[in-house]
Amino acid sequence: MPAVSMTVNGKAVTGDVEARTLLVQFLREQLRLTGTHVGCDTSQCGACVVHVDGIAAKSCTLLALQCEGAKVTTIEGLAEPGGALHPMQEAFRENHGLQCGYCTPGMIMAAIDIVRRRGNDLDEHTIREQLDGNICRCTGYHNIVKAIAAGAKNMAKGGGARQAAE
Amino acid sequence: MSNFTFHRPTTVRQAAGLLARNPEAKLLAGGHSLIPVMKQRLASPSAVVDLSLVEGMVGVEQKGRSVVIGAMTRHADVATSPVLQQVLPGLAAVPGSIGDPQVRNRGTIGGSVANNDPNADYPAACLGLGATIITNKRRIAADDFFTGMFSTALEDGEIITKISFPIAKKAAYEKFKHPASGFALVGVFVSKRGADIRVAVTGAGSNGVFRVKSFEEALKKRFAAKSLDGMSIPATGMNSDIHASPEYRAHLVAVLARRALAKANA
Amino acid sequence: MSVTENATGIGAAVRRKEDFRFITGNGQYTDDVVRPGETRAVFLRSPHAHAKIKNIDAAAAKKMPGVVAVLTGADLATDKIGNLICGWMIHSKDGSPMKMSAHPALANGKVNCVGDAVAVVIAETLAQGRDAAEKIKVDYDVLEAVVDPAKAQSPGTPQIHPDIANNTIYQWHLGDAKATAAAFAAAAHVTKLDIVNNRLVPNAIEPRAALAEYDVGNDSLTLWNTSQNPHVARLVIAAFVGMAPEHKLRVIAPDVGGGFGSKIFIYPEEVVCLWASRKVQRPVKWTADRSESFLTDCHGRDHVTHAELALDANGKILGLRAKTIANLGAYMSTFSSSVPTYLYGTLLSGQYDIPSIYCEVDAVYTNTAPVDAYRGAGRPEAAFVVERLVEVAARQMDVDPAELRRRNFIKSFPHQTPVIMNYDAGDYDASLKKALELADVKGFGKRKREAARHGKLRGLGYSAYIEACGIAPSQAVGSLGAGVGLWESAEVRVNPTGSVEVLTGCHAHGQGHETTFAQLVSERLGIPFENVSIVHGDTDKVQFGMGTYGSRSGAVGMSAIVKALDKVEAKAKKVAAYVLEAAEGDIEFKDGKFTVAGTDKSAAWGDVALNAYIAHKFAGADLEPGLKETSFYDPTNFTFPAGCHICEVEVDIDTGKTEIVNWTAIDDFGTVINPMIVEGQVHGGIAQGVGQALLEGAVYNKEGQLVTGSMMDYTMPRAHDLPSFHVGLTTTKSPSNPLGIKGCGEAGAIAAPAAVINAITDAIGSEDLAMPATANAVWSALQRANKQNSPRAAAY
Repeated sequence: MPAVSMTVNGKAVTGDVEARTLLVQFLREQLRLTGTHVGCDTSQCGACVVHVDGIAAKSCTLLALQCEGAKVTTIEGLAEPGGALHPMQEAFRENHGLQCGYCTPGMIMAAIDIVRRRGNDLDEHTIREQLDGNICRCTGYHNIVKAIAAGAKNMAKGGGARQAAE
Repeated sequence: MSNFTFHRPTTVRQAAGLLARNPEAKLLAGGHSLIPVMKQRLASPSAVVDLSLVEGMVGVEQKGRSVVIGAMTRHADVATSPVLQQVLPGLAAVPGSIGDPQVRNRGTIGGSVANNDPNADYPAACLGLGATIITNKRRIAADDFFTGMFSTALEDGEIITKISFPIAKKAAYEKFKHPASGFALVGVFVSKRGADIRVAVTGAGSNGVFRVKSFEEALKKRFAAKSLDGMSIPATGMNSDIHASPEYRAHLVAVLARRALAKANA
Repeated sequence: MSVTENATGIGAAVRRKEDFRFITGNGQYTDDVVRPGETRAVFLRSPHAHAKIKNIDAAAAKKMPGVVAVLTGADLATDKIGNLICGWMIHSKDGSPMKMSAHPALANGKVNCVGDAVAVVIAETLAQGRDAAEKIKVDYDVLEAVVDPAKAQSPGTPQIHPDIANNTIYQWHLGDAKATAAAFAAAAHVTKLDIVNNRLVPNAIEPRAALAEYDVGNDSLTLWNTSQNPHVARLVIAAFVGMAPEHKLRVIAPDVGGGFGSKIFIYPEEVVCLWASRKVQRPVKWTADRSESFLTDCHGRDHVTHAELALDANGKILGLRAKTIANLGAYMSTFSSSVPTYLYGTLLSGQYDIPSIYCEVDAVYTNTAPVDAYRGAGRPEAAFVVERLVEVAARQMDVDPAELRRRNFIKSFPHQTPVIMNYDAGDYDASLKKALELADVKGFGKRKREAARHGKLRGLGYSAYIEACGIAPSQAVGSLGAGVGLWESAEVRVNPTGSVEVLTGCHAHGQGHETTFAQLVSERLGIPFENVSIVHGDTDKVQFGMGTYGSRSGAVGMSAIVKALDKVEAKAKKVAAYVLEAAEGDIEFKDGKFTVAGTDKSAAWGDVALNAYIAHKFAGADLEPGLKETSFYDPTNFTFPAGCHICEVEVDIDTGKTEIVNWTAIDDFGTVINPMIVEGQVHGGIAQGVGQALLEGAVYNKEGQLVTGSMMDYTMPRAHDLPSFHVGLTTTKSPSNPLGIKGCGEAGAIAAPAAVINAITDAIGSEDLAMPATANAVWSALQRANKQNSPRAAAY
């Protein structure tokens, strides 16, 4: 089996994988990082969103081997262990931006990418359009939109430094 | 998906060599069309040749009166290209409407054009601007390139390296999104470059992207929405599915053409 | 209820306890659980809707790498694994019982819908299992499929199940046919509508999953699964499927990623995983991919209805009648029979004083996925019938739709409807009035004219819905055919250090019980919110429970906690009496402190808890040590949440695309424990209702293939399809439970569809519009209206 090496949440990892192994399978099954979820098989739902070299991607539509040498950040890598939450995580909690929690990791990773692309001052229309790749069945999006607007603002106040550096 | 061997060439030559040695191989660009069909086992290639390390296939450059885009340039990078924003913003709007942000972060222009999905956006831009598809073997005019749904003029072992778009004075794209998939239920690209007027339609036709000659004729007098007043196209030959009837698609072609013209003239 | 002084008590918008694990990726869903030696199950599913299985050849598959076993329906029958069942008996008008077909967990000889499981491969890895499943050869004799419920009973239609004539499960009715006919005969105006309530796919974002492990040493089974009611799953799998005795089967539903009804039911896959794990003596895991979810999760709705409303010349409703064909799919799922009957016909009075109602429902089999409860379950279908009839009647009689509603509202309680329900409390005028104000209905004319200037048609739609929740008194549901009682249980365990665990038979899959239930305990015992944990979802930990659905956890589940807390307080007072050396009758308990009336003597909560356990101050003969109490609470009535939603839309004349420009929701949920969570439930419910009205619809072609089999074709509501919502409350407390709670989980999904369709039909000036009102559908409706040159359409 081919070997793959990458940096996940700041740690160098290697593993032997079948060529057909998806990044999300590598993360969940081999690294046991089960915060990244699978909600569909057609690249629609966004539950599997992670950052690859700082850019949001659907890990169900990437082969692990495509990420050779890449820096991957998952939901588990946003907050330091025992440390402060990322402002976007905190905003989801504060604004009740989640219910069952299943789409949440992908939502948070996608939200941080919206800030990367569109900045910290996000209007409702922009957030709704930019959430096109993430489906939530519980919240009706109302509070997710609020959470992202608030999280984006708080990221400007110096939070999320680790992300910005990547 | 079925298993396969995975290759990461660093030159076009190496990639072509891998294709020659593995007749069942598939090229992997952004992977956002190929990997989903492999997951469903609708495609089971014996080998996958990843083009992401191949040099010289990424970037948006102005060359004379054209914009040349590397085949491996991602949708997000084309959509936000400063060069395009300056000289051909109508084209930048096309990748900006593809899929969703995560798809745009990975999907590439070359992959989209080579796949020629009948509901994809880029084929409309290529045909609507009279682009030239540049491969490791030759240059192919867009008018000759798209030969039917999921079908192109590409031959075995041929790899798209670049796509060259002439800079049109006026160009715009209007899309009515498929509500579930985000593909074009109907997308219309219009452009005017001197006497060359083009109206290209994706999503609507049962045989993939096509030009609307009757609209193009009418627009020769004046490149404006008003020139299409009272004009429509027949529903025959339009796609039919649960989301849109042939009549509705034909109707949308005319509506979106007018909206694109208004946008191009704005 | 106003915000109390206790910042974590009843009425406070406390941030959720469960969120930390979800936002940090530490949730533990079924697929996240890994057992040593775990294998994977891959199901081979029927590609045909209706076919006989002539032969299954698994020889090649069995030789594939990593294959542990390949099992079929014949093996299941050999091992005498029983069928899945429907647990709610419905009798037809002629008194005959419903016709339930056999439903084996793996098809044996015949498949009845696309996706029916034909064989299962147990393999070392998922990929190996899939590779092997491709090698199984099944020889089918394809039969003609029955797809259209309206034609399922017609002569000449193929019969799906042996001995079940005309594919008819039951022909049920409710109400007084004669009195209703008389009301229609006397009517000055009759409104008639043909309604299709579109079939929906629940699509919880976490796919269903099951992980079964057989313990050889104890001859026992453990099942981790995505269940809304693990005890009910255990009961059915033990008592009916016969997998294992109830005490040898443990069911754990860990974090569950949304349910919406679809995870109530007992499905073939969990049965097969349990059976296979015992056969191969290794853990067996199955996780649906989304394609399997589309094919095999129970779908929702799917009614074809003709409905009529009779009114007098003043717009007073005299009678309502409805005839519905309900499509239950290929097999009867766990609670399927109750949905188009007692959860539907009983709500046809809406918020209105209607003297006579008659409802007939035929339930039919078709070669499609089973249909069962989906958020709202019968009540959205009823609300749609009632609220469309009332709106259209108002338009036809040229009465303001709000005024027509007002004229017919029930104004005094209790109110006995002609269809079983006894409404115990409500104030429908209040919610309508508040909604009219918040939606600025007065300014609508101006907004409509402004929209017209931009090529947009603006419309306004009301939905004054009612639902029956808090399901429900066991004796009452038993008399209606339920196979189980619908009480709920709670155990309150006070630890020696004073912290508290509450074990509840409810199950949270997004509802936030860990927070709201802890708020109740914090307020009642006066202890910090942080010192309370909620335990649920494990049959080895929780005494018993009926689970979470039908917006019942607040009204029924929290009531059980209240009852258990009553017992805890009573016992603690006895302990305090010993601690404080006072008479038990003189002990008062307030804000976490025990005092002796008329003295300054007091003991803290923690002191009393500790003393209950160390038991040094009293003899066991007088008082048992410990502080832990259980309650089984059975409600006295359903609860009746109700409210008024107003939807305002703009329709693009050129494309037919509808945009929801404003949404107002005023709901009466009785007592609200956590307004933040309640608002979230309303938002989510509205989104699902809007999805039904505008976007979603499962479509089968005539061969019985699911055309909308993925999220590429089935439109899930996305953020840009929805607006922000304006929500508010009016409150009349439920007199039927100790907290006055009515329930909030389904209201949005019940209210929304009629509000949307009423708004679009108002905008386009035509009632000829089915759900989902896609852009194409609305454009076509506009074309038809223009052709007919109706005066209302011509006005645009």
